[in-house]
Amino acid sequence: MNTTLRRLASVVMVMFLALMVSTTWIQFFHADELNSDTRNIRSIYAEYGRARGPIVVGGEAVALSKPVDDEFGYQREYTNGKLYSPLTGFFSLANGTTRIENTENDFLNGQADALWVDRLQNLLTGRDPEGSSVELTIDPKAQQAAWDALGDQRGAAVALDPKTGAILALVSKPSFDPNDLASHSTKEAGEAYTNLLNDDSKPLNSRATNWTYPPGSTFKLVTAAAALESGDYDADTSIDAPDTYQPPGTDRSIGNYGGTSCSSSGQMSLADALRISCNTAFAELGVDLGSDALYEQANAFGWNEPFQVPFNTDASIFPEPSDAFAPAFVAQAAIGQWDVRETPLQVAVTTAAIANGGEVMQPYSVDTVRDPQLEVVRETSPTSVRRAISQETANQLTDMMIGVVEDGSGRSAQISGVTVAGKTGTAQHGEGAPPHVWFTGFAPAEDPQVAVAVVVENGGTVGTSEATGGAVAAPIAKAVMEAVLNG
Amino acid sequence: MSAAVEAPAGRTVEPTERRPARLAELFLLILALAAGITAFAMVGRSVTGELPSDFWPVSLLLTGIGVAAHVVLRLRAPWADQVILPAVVLLNGLGLAMILRLQLADTKGADAWSQMMYTALGAGIAILIIWFLRDHRWIRRLTYTAMLVGLGLVVLPLLPVIGREINGARIWVNIAGFSLQPAEFAKIAFAIFFAGYLVTNRDTLALAGKKVLGLQLPRIRDLGPIIIVWAASLAVLVFERDLGTSLLFFGLFVAMLYLATERFSWVLIGLVLFAAGALVAASVFPHVGARMDVWLHPFDNELYNAVGGSYQIVQGTFALAAGGLFGTGWGEGYPYLVPYAFSDFIYSSLGEELGLTGLLAILLTYLLIVQRGLRTAIAVRDGFGKLLAGGLAFVMALQLFVVVGGITRIIPLTGLTLPFMAQGGSSLLANWIVIALLLRVSDNARRPSALPMRGTVAQGGGAMHDPIVVGAHDGTTPGGGVPVRRSAADAPSRGSTPSHPTEAISGPLDPRRDDPRGTTGGEHL
Repeated sequence: MNTTLRRLASVVMVMFLALMVSTTWIQFFHADELNSDTRNIRSIYAEYGRARGPIVVGGEAVALSKPVDDEFGYQREYTNGKLYSPLTGFFSLANGTTRIENTENDFLNGQADALWVDRLQNLLTGRDPEGSSVELTIDPKAQQAAWDALGDQRGAAVALDPKTGAILALVSKPSFDPNDLASHSTKEAGEAYTNLLNDDSKPLNSRATNWTYPPGSTFKLVTAAAALESGDYDADTSIDAPDTYQPPGTDRSIGNYGGTSCSSSGQMSLADALRISCNTAFAELGVDLGSDALYEQANAFGWNEPFQVPFNTDASIFPEPSDAFAPAFVAQAAIGQWDVRETPLQVAVTTAAIANGGEVMQPYSVDTVRDPQLEVVRETSPTSVRRAISQETANQLTDMMIGVVEDGSGRSAQISGVTVAGKTGTAQHGEGAPPHVWFTGFAPAEDPQVAVAVVVENGGTVGTSEATGGAVAAPIAKAVMEAVLNG
Repeated sequence: MSAAVEAPAGRTVEPTERRPARLAELFLLILALAAGITAFAMVGRSVTGELPSDFWPVSLLLTGIGVAAHVVLRLRAPWADQVILPAVVLLNGLGLAMILRLQLADTKGADAWSQMMYTALGAGIAILIIWFLRDHRWIRRLTYTAMLVGLGLVVLPLLPVIGREINGARIWVNIAGFSLQPAEFAKIAFAIFFAGYLVTNRDTLALAGKKVLGLQLPRIRDLGPIIIVWAASLAVLVFERDLGTSLLFFGLFVAMLYLATERFSWVLIGLVLFAAGALVAASVFPHVGARMDVWLHPFDNELYNAVGGSYQIVQGTFALAAGGLFGTGWGEGYPYLVPYAFSDFIYSSLGEELGLTGLLAILLTYLLIVQRGLRTAIAVRDGFGKLLAGGLAFVMALQLFVVVGGITRIIPLTGLTLPFMAQGGSSLLANWIVIALLLRVSDNARRPSALPMRGTVAQGGGAMHDPIVVGAHDGTTPGGGVPVRRSAADAPSRGSTPSHPTEAISGPLDPRRDDPRGTTGGEHL
């Protein structure tokens, strides 16, 4: 019987081998797939049962996890939730996660590959795992200034450090309180989410990054840049500035704001045209430059692709040139009408590029990530996306924009003792509706510290067709720039 | 390892051989207890932040059990295998830790204290068996009693009033508030019955019939017993709705039949019969077919959401996946999300918190027990002992295969539980009894014998001596006869060379080495 016993021993070996293989198959080879199965609520428990790291602005946590006595163990709390929700997003059992809470999840929950040393230490010492903290680039004073200055108006404000691309302020109104969504009661969180979804003012969508507006006259910066880059123009080049302009192939003509005349001679310098934001001059200039030049210049500034800041923003839109892109449309596009759309972030990026000598810097909101021992795990270093315009073009545009604030449509953005460069915008969007008003600018013009873009929907508190970017949006931009400069 | 400890004893030329001090067992036992007790402390610290309230009583009781078993083995079975007991204590301790961990997390049904009590009871029974059963051959007289007991136990869950259906499987009985899984005890009864029956009838069953395709088929008229066991197994499958129990009994029988007859054709016939029967059952009986569906397509949403569908197995798979390579650590995972995480699915719970590394270690520990059992079977001299030890060791391997294979989806999920680890009194008691029997056989196998040594018998030459020698041996040693010193040359070889002294001379007569004449001698006592 010993022979058969030995054979049986071999059979037992094979049986155990099969068990080891099947266990390895599940625990090793298929683990990722199984862990991400939507029916696996384990990952949710793990996610919500962890001491999640805080999101920090200016040394203060704006999102943090507090121990609570429920099945999960930690409750996410947002201090000043409405102010920072366009950045933090939310961390919700019922509705998932968004923005920083989503993109930095691996660091916040401590599971990022870069944190393996910490996890090993936790494993060996039995210490409870803790997430890393994510420190934002936001300047809390600028953020608060933008929030206060926008008041009850709908709109957004974005401020960047033009030299690095760091986001200093990012405000969207109306906003939402992520605390409502972070409730562990699926019912409460679900109801709050449904209410926000059904709210006509769409508070869940950040107007700063995920909302596109007609650019209005702010787009004249792009048109002017394309003109300067073509080499055929400079700031003093005299261009046509008729009272009305009828593009080829259409019987609809373009007029100026309030039907006024730009110049008695019908001619003016490019700088003057920008200073008073002359529509007819820029419409004709756009047609002369052609849709290709405008398209390429817009793309160079970042149109037609989303930014990762690190969460995804909406892409600004400038339609690709085609046969359907008739001169009539080019004329409209050159003054920021027709199908051209932009996010406030894109406007700020464009302005920042001009302030930065033509170099587009990648906008970002996460400055450093620190592990629980406060060691820096990751630090964002500023990166250049591309050069959009030459230094020379940037200098000329800067001078022209200084003119806008000193003696043009943007006078209410003036700051005493500081040279401010800027551009207003007043975007018509539909018959009879008050325009969306814009202001974008940077300061100090000779050594830019802050670039800002502000949009106020439907004329803001003015609320009539009388509203202009200069009157409504420029004072907000001024407040934000002052907050940064006085910081 | 054990051989190394015995070696000094073997080398002496004193007329009385010293009993092994069982220091290896003691050392391993300390390691096993340390692992279990550390685990108790860690689950408490991790789940509640402090030592569990039962930490000291549970730790002391487990230590007491280990030490008591060790001492009894020293006194009454000093030659028994030294690895089996520590391995069992390790598994039992880790199982207790997991149950305690689930209990601390308020998992409904998890009861570490009751498991501790059953562990004590199981170990106590094992100690009594080792103490009072001085020779395993005594059990052979229970052959047909065991058959009746086994059959009775199998039928028990089908009886009205006491029979209970849990999770679709009717393999439970409830008597006076105590739940019992009779199959756990039936497997021991059947192992005893098969061993006794086969050792008597192996010659008849080994007689060859026709040769087909190079395979020696048995005679048709000898197919009776396998047909009966096959029918009984299928009846279990259909009426008790549990593939595991059915597979356990049938697999045990086929394996022991093969051991006894050395005819592979029996295995083939057995496998074909069982597979065919199971397939027919799956197509004829909807509840068997439904279990097959759950096995084959567990991630199908419809089956996942169905009552009695694949929810449990899918959640168990998630738990395993969550553990990954190294696990979440004691108390850091969510094993309680799986229904019956403390009993049927303790494997997935352990996998989640100890990871693949932990599970492989646990599987290897089981493998160690099983292989030590099989080695005992190889070393023991009498046919009944060989079949009993081989059968008991194999049935543990098979049970593990059925349980773990069910959870990792090699085979359909069944209602059997992981020996020593899963919460459940029947399982604990039965498996401690299995261990007691294996240790008892092991002691007899490794005890210095009165047999002539390899050299001397070889000189005697004639195969004719063999049965006579065996008979004489059987006549003198049963009932714990006087151990006689082995030669110095043989003792160290026991550990490394499994071959038996008599095997060297048996040659072509090997199948008859455990001649019925020889072993029946034991029954005449």
